[in-house]
Amino acid sequence: MFNPIKKHLFIMLAFSLWANNSHSVINVFACEPEWASLVQILGGDKVSVFSATTALQDPHHIQARPSLIAKTRRADLLICTGAELEAGWLPLLLRKSGNGKILMGQPGHFMSADHVTLLEKPKLLDRSLGDVHADGNPHIHLDPHRIMLIAEALTKTLSLIDPDNQNDYQKNWSSFRNTWSRAITNWEQQSQSLRGKKIVVNHNSWVYLEDWLKLERVATLEPKPGIAPSSAHLTQILAELQQNQADIILYATYQNDKAVRWLADKTHIPVVALPFSVSSDETLFQWYERILSQLLVSK
Amino acid sequence: MHKIFFVTAAIAAISSINPVWADSDIEALRKQVEALKKDYEQRINALENRLKQSEEKAQLAQQKVEHVAEKVEKTKTTSRTGQRNFNPEISLILDGRYADFNNDSDAYKLPGFALGNEAGLGEEGFSIGHTELTISANADDKFYGKATLAIHDHEGETETDLEEAYIQTLGLGHGLTLKAGRFYSAIGYLNEQHEHLWDFADAPLIYRGLFGDQLRDDGLQVTYVAPTDTFMQIGTELFRGDRFPGGGSHDGVGAWTVFANIGGDIGIEHSWQLGLNHWRENDVDDRTSGGHSHEGAAAETSSYSGDSKISSLDLVYKWAPNGNPTSQNFKLQFEYFDLREDGSITMLNSGPPEEFSTYDGQKDGWYAQAIYQFKPHWRTGIRYDRLSSNNKGSDEDVLAEAGLDDEGHTPERYSAMLEWLPSEYSRIRLQYNRDDSYEDADNQVFLQYTLSLGSHGAHQF
Repeated sequence: MFNPIKKHLFIMLAFSLWANNSHSVINVFACEPEWASLVQILGGDKVSVFSATTALQDPHHIQARPSLIAKTRRADLLICTGAELEAGWLPLLLRKSGNGKILMGQPGHFMSADHVTLLEKPKLLDRSLGDVHADGNPHIHLDPHRIMLIAEALTKTLSLIDPDNQNDYQKNWSSFRNTWSRAITNWEQQSQSLRGKKIVVNHNSWVYLEDWLKLERVATLEPKPGIAPSSAHLTQILAELQQNQADIILYATYQNDKAVRWLADKTHIPVVALPFSVSSDETLFQWYERILSQLLVSK
Repeated sequence: MHKIFFVTAAIAAISSINPVWADSDIEALRKQVEALKKDYEQRINALENRLKQSEEKAQLAQQKVEHVAEKVEKTKTTSRTGQRNFNPEISLILDGRYADFNNDSDAYKLPGFALGNEAGLGEEGFSIGHTELTISANADDKFYGKATLAIHDHEGETETDLEEAYIQTLGLGHGLTLKAGRFYSAIGYLNEQHEHLWDFADAPLIYRGLFGDQLRDDGLQVTYVAPTDTFMQIGTELFRGDRFPGGGSHDGVGAWTVFANIGGDIGIEHSWQLGLNHWRENDVDDRTSGGHSHEGAAAETSSYSGDSKISSLDLVYKWAPNGNPTSQNFKLQFEYFDLREDGSITMLNSGPPEEFSTYDGQKDGWYAQAIYQFKPHWRTGIRYDRLSSNNKGSDEDVLAEAGLDDEGHTPERYSAMLEWLPSEYSRIRLQYNRDDSYEDADNQVFLQYTLSLGSHGAHQF
């Protein structure tokens, strides 16, 4: 015989399973891990998030792989950086997927760069200047203030796509806003000692971090964006650095470190290999903490 | 608070109701009450102070939030980014080469495969390849359009050819996409890719033999992508069917294809795609291709009428360390094609009477290639081609004249190339072929440049 309590529990369990099945989560296709993490924080258990790239991949140069077409096909929401960062692969995924929900102009098409100002908008578009982005530098995820704006806009988008759960999204957003604001204040206090530090970078991908922490970029190893450092250019940088010493050499872990190591050997400037995005086992908060602690340890 | 009230009330009660108690007792009680009162007042003060402090803290936190919000506000934008900057996207491909062959390029043939569609080795010495002008854009939220104009030299004359001109639906939903106009057929892996995207300066022999390098036609394409985690796509094309390897003039659907692709990732570093394809034209009418030219005499051209079927399989595997192909990557590519034909061959300009033979054609072939980018800006690759044919007919001589006899030879070719890519937009390639297409083996060397100006579209897998 069934114990009535057990029976009751059983019915509740069955109902909750049914209810879970009937409730469809929002499928999110994130181009980069930082947006995957942000949408996970704001969407909670109402979203199922897939990241097209990892922190060890260069988001400029991803191939439109069959697996990515399959994921795009089922997405309810697309969140990418925009500003032409994904120009080499995203348009093709969108055209191949036959999915109307995430096309440009639809609520499910969310480009983070549309919601913030961009730095370094080029005055001249000429390929002899390297791989320049017409809209400006797209690596906006390294500024927590811009993240805040994007989070606010993303909350609106989530509510628009899934109005049934908009209260949850609002709640998640206000909690994120408070925690993130406090975190920013703490980070800004912790990083006082980094102000004005002179840095050498591999690719010009740290503009927003420089702007936020008031770091001074004194040299870029790539002679032009996307062009690998030549030995002539490196020799020139070495000569400059011997005149005017820098504090840190910065590069992203996905980038080739050959030129960086060479320069570090010659100059004895400490090298910091920063993860360019959130890794699979951490959140946006933890990633920022990690970046700051690495920078603080180095100096 | 309640306690204080209670104690005060009790004192009041005691002092009024029990006047018979001794003064000393009352005095003692009073002292106790005073002490209690003092104690509670202290505690209340402490509580009030703590409350005040936490209020101040909250205010400070709020100020911090506002301060951050102020900073955030400064980074807000009023303008939207997008593809607007290059609308429409215009790109120009510049391609040129220097070629050196041991054999005479006019002597080139593929025994058993009557070449059509101007297929051949191309010019020796300096020449320019296809200069391609491509214009594409989303017309609106429903359609995407693309046209490619190819300008190239043919026998001393500059020809302009509308390579592709098609429209394609956007976001039709349910994984469906329609394409209409002139386009490269989706059968085969390499066929859809424009020449400048190939990894070698020339087409695989089987593409040269069956399609005259590439199969394109005017028609309609429907594809469906299934809602699965593994990529699964099926599609069909309906073509006019007048172009090689079809032929004749068709009022309706002359040729059709079906194709299926599946693909996915294995871990983070490996990805693959498999394709199965079929092309068919039941009513090929008067398809001409180059036969033997007799010295001095007008060339006799072979003409085929009958049906034609091509089946194929393609497999692509790619690797990149950490899935990041920027500095290093590897690609393995294999394609197999099989053609069956049943009809008849007539030699035009022969006779009278015109030479004629029944024809039962069987041709197949494959190529495999491996490309390795071993460091940034440098790629190298090897390729092997192999063909075979077994064509039968009522008159062997006619088949031989039409170039459909395999002459007891198995065409094969070994290729190797080295590329330097100063940027995404330019490429210099050096290629060597050991070409055994026909009985006289040929050594071929190409030095080729390819430049991409203007907007740079996304590349297919």
